[in-house]
Amino acid sequence: MFAYLVRRVVYAVPILIGVNLLTFLLFFVVNTPDDIARMQLGVKRVTPEAIDNWKRERGYHLPRFVNMREQGSRRITETIFFQKSARMFAFDFGASDDGRDIAREIGQRMGPSLAIAVPTFILGLFAAVCFSLLLVFFRASRLDVAGVVLCVAMMSISSLFYIIFGQWLVAKVWQLVPISGYVGGLSSWPFLVLPVVIGVFAGLGASARWYRTLFLEEIGRDYVRTARAKGVSERVVLFRHVLKNAMIPILTGVVVVIPLLFMGSLLIESFFGIPGLGSYTIEAIQAQDFAVVRSMVFIGSLLYIVGLVLTDISYTVVDPRVRLE
Amino acid sequence: MGAFQPVLLWTDVALLGLLAGGIAAGVLQRGDALRRAAWQRMLARPGATVSLVVLAFYLGVGMLDSVHFRRALPASADGGVHYAARVESVLDVLLAPLLENPEKTYSAPLATHAFVKDNIERDGGVVGRDFPRLNHGGAHLGVGGDGRGGDIAVRLAGGAAAGLAVAFALAAGLRRLRGGGAAAGGQGLSRAARAGWLGFLVLAVVIGAVTALAAGYHVFGTDKVGQDVLYLTLKSVRTALIIGLLTTVVTLPIAIALGITAGYLGGWVDDLIQYIYTVINSIPGVLLIAAAVLMMQVVIETHPDWFATAAERADARLLALCVILGMTSWTGLCRLLRAETLKLRELEYVQAARAFGVGTALILRRHVLPNLMHIVLIALVMDFSALVLAEAVLSYVGIGVDPSTISFGTMINAARMELARDPAVWWSLAAAFVVMFVLVLAANLLADAVREAFDPRAA
Repeated sequence: MFAYLVRRVVYAVPILIGVNLLTFLLFFVVNTPDDIARMQLGVKRVTPEAIDNWKRERGYHLPRFVNMREQGSRRITETIFFQKSARMFAFDFGASDDGRDIAREIGQRMGPSLAIAVPTFILGLFAAVCFSLLLVFFRASRLDVAGVVLCVAMMSISSLFYIIFGQWLVAKVWQLVPISGYVGGLSSWPFLVLPVVIGVFAGLGASARWYRTLFLEEIGRDYVRTARAKGVSERVVLFRHVLKNAMIPILTGVVVVIPLLFMGSLLIESFFGIPGLGSYTIEAIQAQDFAVVRSMVFIGSLLYIVGLVLTDISYTVVDPRVRLE
Repeated sequence: MGAFQPVLLWTDVALLGLLAGGIAAGVLQRGDALRRAAWQRMLARPGATVSLVVLAFYLGVGMLDSVHFRRALPASADGGVHYAARVESVLDVLLAPLLENPEKTYSAPLATHAFVKDNIERDGGVVGRDFPRLNHGGAHLGVGGDGRGGDIAVRLAGGAAAGLAVAFALAAGLRRLRGGGAAAGGQGLSRAARAGWLGFLVLAVVIGAVTALAAGYHVFGTDKVGQDVLYLTLKSVRTALIIGLLTTVVTLPIAIALGITAGYLGGWVDDLIQYIYTVINSIPGVLLIAAAVLMMQVVIETHPDWFATAAERADARLLALCVILGMTSWTGLCRLLRAETLKLRELEYVQAARAFGVGTALILRRHVLPNLMHIVLIALVMDFSALVLAEAVLSYVGIGVDPSTISFGTMINAARMELARDPAVWWSLAAAFVVMFVLVLAANLLADAVREAFDPRAA
């Protein structure tokens, strides 16, 4: 197990290097820093001095890969690649284009993101499993057909609709919760209820339908027939046998996203004014703050790889037959 | 040199090419009994026929909107013919009545008066503040707009009746063309065909009624700058279709080529391809798209001389968005194809072909690729609905289509604060969401039918 984990971590390094190279390619090779400076400063009426200033302020004046003007190891370190990309491996993200420390910003915004994402994730999983179990319990009946139709319809609705309509109905018409905002700490729960409920609803259709097919696949297995033949009640079959075994494929799909919860939800945070990482990302995209977007890409892929390792470990937890070699 | 100059935007070429390719593929595969059986299995499902009818309507709207031209300007002094800078489509011409009389600002669906009060001027002086009369909405009713209810009812009934009549006439013509097979009234038809026919009738009634109403009113109201919302929603259809269809065209060659090579050749090729797709997969989708779109924006901004008209620029951006979405979303299909190829490689007929000394390229083309097509087809229809939904989200985030391109995303983005107004302006959002919902629902139903008909495991 330990040897396996070590190997997985070692495997992760080339992937992160690949991500890093890809983002570097996108941000500094497709367009030169000069192009970016020219766009940020306005394409027309821009002087070479202004471009130089802009680049120097942000550290983009260095050569891309090798700095021949420096001596020794500084030839490598005094370059855009080393300063902007390689240092991310040490979680040194530098400053955003408007001069703020990205690492500190991320640390501050993680809490609000998790306050939304974790309850949404847990309640969403719970609701989807319950709903799909209900459909499976009444399988091949009218209720089941209606449930599947409802799932497909819910999948076909844009997530923007859930957010805009939910916010309007609950916060504006019914005035049950504040429309948007965040205060921090436990007292912010009234701000969190609606985003969480909307997040659960928006994901329910797709996941409930998927879990239903997983459950139905499991219910056709021999051990279920044996259990029924022994006279086990339908309820016990469903909850004790089918649910446990179907949890294995459900976990594969679900564990991988747990670390990504840190990234927050782009849409919900931006609509509800939650100062989390999702709204941070959206603001950075809209302000074309490339330093922040690059950092978020790196963190996102790191968390994804952590999720893959967690998925493997969770296999061994839920299914004793699986051994990690 | 006539009164029009045809304009071929890149996305027009791509969309028309795609349609031609689809028809050609259908014609070429006519002889394939197995595949024909699968299509018939699919068409036996009521959900599939209804959604095909709906999708055909959307495709028709999108196609009408993909034939572009520029009008000739009145002859100038030097005798040469010049063309207007504005690029129009056939759909614009059909919807011309909605474009000719724009309102000043918001007006509710089917209204005769504007939604907000304004200064009323008469004989040069300001008379007072009231809801101004609309230019187009109920213009035939006279100054007061009396008798609106009756007029709407008459138009609704007349339009629906006309729609039904056209539908029945079309069906009768079709039946005569085919030699009078099925009896009248839908008897003798299968359940799926009846469902499709019913869907067609409902569609005809809706189109008829909306057309009759649109001649006199703004059926879905007008937006903040007085544009007709019905016009905007119909124009959005093309953007949605392009995003949903062209992206898969970019995805398919990459996914098929890399998936098959990785699965069939194995070894270091497999390792390399797996490495590439793990890298791309590990970056959260939105962020990768955002990074690529931001960079594309820089390229477009810093090269304004590449594009002759604003329409061409917006079109280039739309095409680039499709390419970016395709480049970032091929990994899922590639993984599926690789896994399936690994299985196929070990089957007897492939081994036999190899033993006979058939070349790798020929084995891949003749024995492996045809057995992967069902996966490709299922992925294609399943991705479509996801992409249509994604467009709206991306445009909201600011990394979608050009702000001047009419799409569901730009419509929703422009209208997102309207529900917060008091009284709320709901019609732009409602129209965009409903028209998008119907499209995505039809695509999802079709995807289900395709999967059940073509997936050997589902049978």
